[in-house]
Order: sequence, then structure tokens, then C-alpha cells
Amino acid sequence: MNDFNSTQMGRLQKAPEFFLSREAMTLSRDDRRSFLRRAFVAASGVAAAAAGGRALASEGDPAILKLPTHSTGLGAPVAAKGYGTPSKYEENLQRRESPGLTRVSAASVSFAPLQGFFGIITPSGLHFERHHQGFWDIDPRQHRFMINGLVKTPKVFTMDDLMRMPCVSRMHFIECGANTGMEWGNVAVPTVQYTHGMLSCCEFTGVPLKWLLDDCGIDLKKAKYVLAEGADGSGMTRTINLANALDDVMVAYGMNGEMLRPENGYPLRLVVPGVQGVSWVKYLRRIEVGDMPYAAKDENLHYVDLLPDGALRTYTSIQEVKSVITTPSGGQVLLDKGFYAITGIAWSGRGKIRRVEISTDGGKNWKDARLETPVLDKCLTRFNFNWTWNGSDAILQSRATDSTGHIQPTMTALRAARGTRSTYHNNSIQSWLVSANGEVSNVQLA
Amino acid sequence: MFSLRNCFSVFIAALTTCAAVVNATPSSLGRPATPAEIKAWDIDVRPDFKGLPAGSGSVKLGQEVWEAKCESCHGVFGESNEVFTPIAGGTTKADMTSGRVSGMVLGAKNAAAQRTTLMKLSELSTLWDYINRAMPWNNPKTLTTEEVYAVTAYVLHLGDIVPADFVLSDKNIREVQKTLPNRNGKTRQHGLWNVGDKPDVQGDKCVANCVKATTIGSSLPDYARNAHGNLADQHRLIGAVRGLNTAGAVASNVTANTPKSTSSTPDPLKLAQQHACTACHGVANKLLGPSLTEIHKKYAGTVDVVSVLAAKIKAGGSGVWGAIPMPAQAHVPDADIQAIAAWLAAGKF
Repeated sequence: MNDFNSTQMGRLQKAPEFFLSREAMTLSRDDRRSFLRRAFVAASGVAAAAAGGRALASEGDPAILKLPTHSTGLGAPVAAKGYGTPSKYEENLQRRESPGLTRVSAASVSFAPLQGFFGIITPSGLHFERHHQGFWDIDPRQHRFMINGLVKTPKVFTMDDLMRMPCVSRMHFIECGANTGMEWGNVAVPTVQYTHGMLSCCEFTGVPLKWLLDDCGIDLKKAKYVLAEGADGSGMTRTINLANALDDVMVAYGMNGEMLRPENGYPLRLVVPGVQGVSWVKYLRRIEVGDMPYAAKDENLHYVDLLPDGALRTYTSIQEVKSVITTPSGGQVLLDKGFYAITGIAWSGRGKIRRVEISTDGGKNWKDARLETPVLDKCLTRFNFNWTWNGSDAILQSRATDSTGHIQPTMTALRAARGTRSTYHNNSIQSWLVSANGEVSNVQLA
Repeated sequence: MFSLRNCFSVFIAALTTCAAVVNATPSSLGRPATPAEIKAWDIDVRPDFKGLPAGSGSVKLGQEVWEAKCESCHGVFGESNEVFTPIAGGTTKADMTSGRVSGMVLGAKNAAAQRTTLMKLSELSTLWDYINRAMPWNNPKTLTTEEVYAVTAYVLHLGDIVPADFVLSDKNIREVQKTLPNRNGKTRQHGLWNVGDKPDVQGDKCVANCVKATTIGSSLPDYARNAHGNLADQHRLIGAVRGLNTAGAVASNVTANTPKSTSSTPDPLKLAQQHACTACHGVANKLLGPSLTEIHKKYAGTVDVVSVLAAKIKAGGSGVWGAIPMPAQAHVPDADIQAIAAWLAAGKF
């Protein structure tokens, strides 16, 4: 495995970047297969011997010099996979549970591997999951959607009906209210997958709820709230404000160009932009129009935020302005000193991202990151920031500002207002410590 | 935004100009719901008890239902933290008077180790509605109205809110509501509910020399380094960074960072997870049903063990391991049942 001439895929040297010591990092730098690096080492005359006769004697990279099988053979035919899957080399990026967080996997959560994502769209198969009573693959021909309550005509719609109607497609983030919830008291988990992975962003296609409510003749004089209800065992219910319901809430069947995945509510779910994921009721079977909040379990008993004085904030819904750096991030190792593209995502349940700033010195100084397009309402925005790591300790942070002027707070500021037992709605600035050995770890500042 | 009707008018107008014959109107999409349909689905109960069906149920019946269907997850006294968070405990008679659970105040002398359902509960409708729609966890919406009243009464009794001989009904539920220990313990005065609400915590605008010194207040302890598995296996093999090898052994660095072989043989554990077997059966620990290890031991040596286990999985049943029934698994493909049965028989979990 350690042979430079090996044609094995992947890193050929002893993977010294996984060592933690400074010596190991030095070895990594000296042993790097970079011609530039070798040239630097040779010129500096320090470790020419360490760079090794083998490398200098080589005529070049065997990945170039020895034609691989894929250059000299016949590949797989079309439709070998009727539904394509990622390369086997991408297998490390999986949805994962956080050990010990829950006791049973059918009432649990799996976190999306944010550390591996590009841009803003979450691949459907890596969308985070939250099931309260397991998930189902429901026959869409048997699925029905009902609207009742304060409407002129309570109605039933089949999927045929809904999919025949005029529709819209919009990109929105969905974040569980408990995202980053394990970190209220102290650092609890190692990587961005577990700190922020109850977050995804997709293009959803469906019928605006307003159109359907209008179609049933909603009584706008009396109506103040709607209740959304799921068809699965949990019969998930959440109250939605009428202001949201008449604005951008959508009864959605499409996700990223195909139907919703079963894990995400196939064949129908509510999309409530800007509001925490539990309100995006899956397997949506019913909307009831009413004149008071419904005090469902997951807005009145769970998904409530405990304050220091013992009061519970109920009906907490809006996901506030937040951002996180996904690379470099906790549990990663920087391979070397030099250039890195600090990259990450920002979002706000109140509107668009207006600005993201980066600090590489633990919040002393801040500089603007580059926002990549598109920058959309209640949607993830990708940011990038060019950085040269000089090899010494650095604390990386990102701070987002949204279109309402709300600025992402520090953990200290959030705790000062809400204590440490809120569980939900932790939108604090995340700190990643880059240590001199290249290891990146999750830290909180005092 | 166009209304649905407007959209359709435009659409229809466009089609008509093409001389198409269009009979459809917007109101033809969907149909009126029948009263029976609405009754079947409109099961929610509001805080003003609108939607609550008439009826009653006793603490005594509640205890019977509890011991048969609830206790395995929630514990005899609703105190269990094994599967879900505890239901009863942490409330006092004084709380019932004040309507605020004192044990939830930060630093309270009587602070409970964990917040229980009854400590947080501010509306009795929430409890009734949830039991009715979602319990028992593995067989929801199967309790009768009387049983829902009874289990609700039993839960209240576990919290010393109603006496042992109490019968909860639609007639007295409003009175019981007035005694809930945390009925005054909630607030909607926060910025996270109504669109346009003001946030309660605003970040700092400062861009230069904002803090004098940075001190790390919290980081992961060394013993937790590998608690989430080897992080090297959770990162891409290429790019600017690698995942940190937290498995320890340096020699494994290279192999740990290569993908696992892709095999066409199904992994029985994955099948068991996929078909939700593991929701009720732990590998070594008892959850709702017996552990896989227990099942393996019980059937070890049985003639034609794989077929026997496969038949049991497919048909479900009760009585072998206790009163909690296992639902039939007829929807699981036979090949998967066979693979899981063979795996159970082999016992190599």
C-alpha cells in the first residue's frame, strides 16, 4: 500500500494526515505527491533525502503513465442501472443517527452529511429524516387529501386532482427545530453532520395552499389558523398561522424533479417555508381551517423551548438566521498549510440572506464572504471565502445577516437570553478550531 | 398571486381559442367531502375541547389498558426512560394550586432530573388527542373512546392529579383542566410564531477588534473522540480535507478510508431495520418485543427453524413472549423474511 508505483486507488502513502502530531504533519508535507511541494522541499534543501530517491527517480505519476483499465477496456452499458446511484467511492457520505440521542430508530432522526455537499440542493437520498412513528411507502392511488373546517365546501382531493392543478416549483430549506439542539449546554458532537445535519434544501413542486383554500371557499372573516394532519401512525398535527398559510405554504408532491421520497412524506407533504420541519407534515391527509391554535402535542408539549424561569415557549416555529462553515469543519483534517476555500451555507426563515461574514480568529475580526447565486427566500445560500492557512491555530466562524436585518448571535448571547435548556432554535455562530496539526474540532468560546 | 379560479379561467380561455372543447371547471377538481368522511378523519381535539367525543373512562380501566399496551415502553408508573421520555413525576400539590411547575425553574431545589410529560402539560386536550391519534406507538388509533379517557385518567392518576377511583369524562374534563400543574406555564411572547415578530436575540455588527481574547469554553472530551464512529469513514476520499481517523490504530489509516466492498447479498440487519423489525426488537435488549438474541436462543435446536421463524414473522402473533401482539408482516417480501429468519436462526448478529 505504501508503494508509490502501486495502481491502487486513493492515497498511497501512509496517510500521515491522520496523525495528530506536528511530526506527522511535517512528514505529510514532505511526502506529498505534489510536484510543487517536492520542488519546494528540494529547493529548500531541508528534506531532500526524505522526499526520497524513489519519487525523484520516477518518470512521473503512474496514474498517468500506466493506462488504467477504464482507458483500455469496455465500460458498462446504458440502463445497467435503471435508477442511477452514486459512485461506490462516495459511500462514506450517508445519513447517520447520532448514537445515544434516541432509543428506537422508528422514533428518531438521521442527519444529512453536510460536510460533503456542494451548492445548495440536498440530494434526495441524503435528505435528513425525522420519523415519529416510522415511515411508509404509501400507494398514491389510495391517498386522499381533505380540507374541512371554516370553509364553504369541505372537499376531498385525490393525487390525480392535485397533480392536475396549476402548480409552482420553489426551492426552500427545511430545518428541524432541534437542529444544533445538542449543543445548548456544551459541545456534544464532533462534526457538522451532527451539529447541523437536520437541515436540507430541495426544490419542491406542488399547489399553493392558498389556491386550495380559495377553491373550498375559506371563511376569511373567521379563519385564523389551519391545522395540518398526517395520515401515518403518528397522525402528526401542527397549527400553521393563517398568514403563512395564505402566503407561501405549499401542498407538495414533487422534490428535486421527482416525487417525494417515502422518507419525506410520499406522496404528499406540507411545505411551510421558513418554519421548522415538524410543521411540514408528511403523508398529509387533512387541513382544517379554524379560529384558534390547536395545542397539538408537537407544539404544546414537545418542540417547546424551556426558559430559565421555567416557562415554556409554545408554538415556536420560525427558524431564525443561521449559517455554518461546512469545510473546514469538525472531524476534518487539513492536508497541508496554504490555500483553502472556506465554504458553507446560510439561511433564514424570515427571508433572504443578505450577508455572510467570516472570522478566522475566533470573532475578533470579520470579513465578507462571497454569496453564490441563487440567493432565494427561505432557502440555503452557499458562501465561499478564500483563506490561506499559515499552519497555526485558527478559530473559524461564519455570521449571517438576513434581509430583515437580523444578525446571527453568538452562543453566549443566546444563552444569556434563553439559558441552556431551550433544546430548540439554536441559531448561534458555530466555531471550528483548526489546530496546528491540521485537525479541525468543534469548540465553543467562553 | 392568482387565485385558482383566475388561473383556470386564463387556461380555459387559452384552450377555447384553440377550438378545444373544455367542459372542466375548477370546481370539478376534487369533490365535496361527505359527512361520514369528515367524521372519520376530523379527530382532533382543541384546547376548548371542541372535537372531544362524549364518553368516560376510569382510572381502573386505564390501569388495565396501561399494563397491557403502554407499560412496556413507559414503565409501570410512567417513569421509564428506556424507550421514551418519562410521563409522570416531578409535579406537586402546590404546583396544582399555582398552575406552574416549580421544578422546572432553573436551579430549583426540587428540579427533576428530566422533564416529564405531566411537568410540561398545559392542556388536557393535548394529552387526550395524542393518546387517541398516536398510541399505542406500534398500533395507533386502535383504542376505544372509553379506553382513551381511561388511559388519560390513569396518566393523571400517576401524577397524583386525580384519585384512584376517578372516572374522567367529557362532563368533568374542564374541571380537571383547572388543576393541571403546569396550566399557566407556557408563553407565546416570543419572536418565533407570528410572521414579522421581532427576534429576541440580535447578533453583533462589529467587524474589527471585536473581542480582546478568545478562550475555548467547551470542546469534545478525548473519550468521546470515536463516539460517533470513525470520522474518516464519514468523509469523502478526495478533496481539500479528509475525515479524521478516530479509530485509533495508525496502521488502519489507509484501509479505513477506502469504501466497503459492494456485495449483492442483502445485509440481514439492514433488512431488519428497513422493515422496522428493529423498532421493537433490539439485538441484545428487550424493547417492545424480545431481543433478537433471546429469539435466537429460544428457537435454537428447533426442527426446520428457518421456516418456523419465517412463518412466525409473516403471521405475527401474541402470547409467546407476553401480551403485546406482534402485527403480521405480510407486506414484507418472502425473500427478505427468509433472509431475516435465517439470520435469526444463525444468531450471528
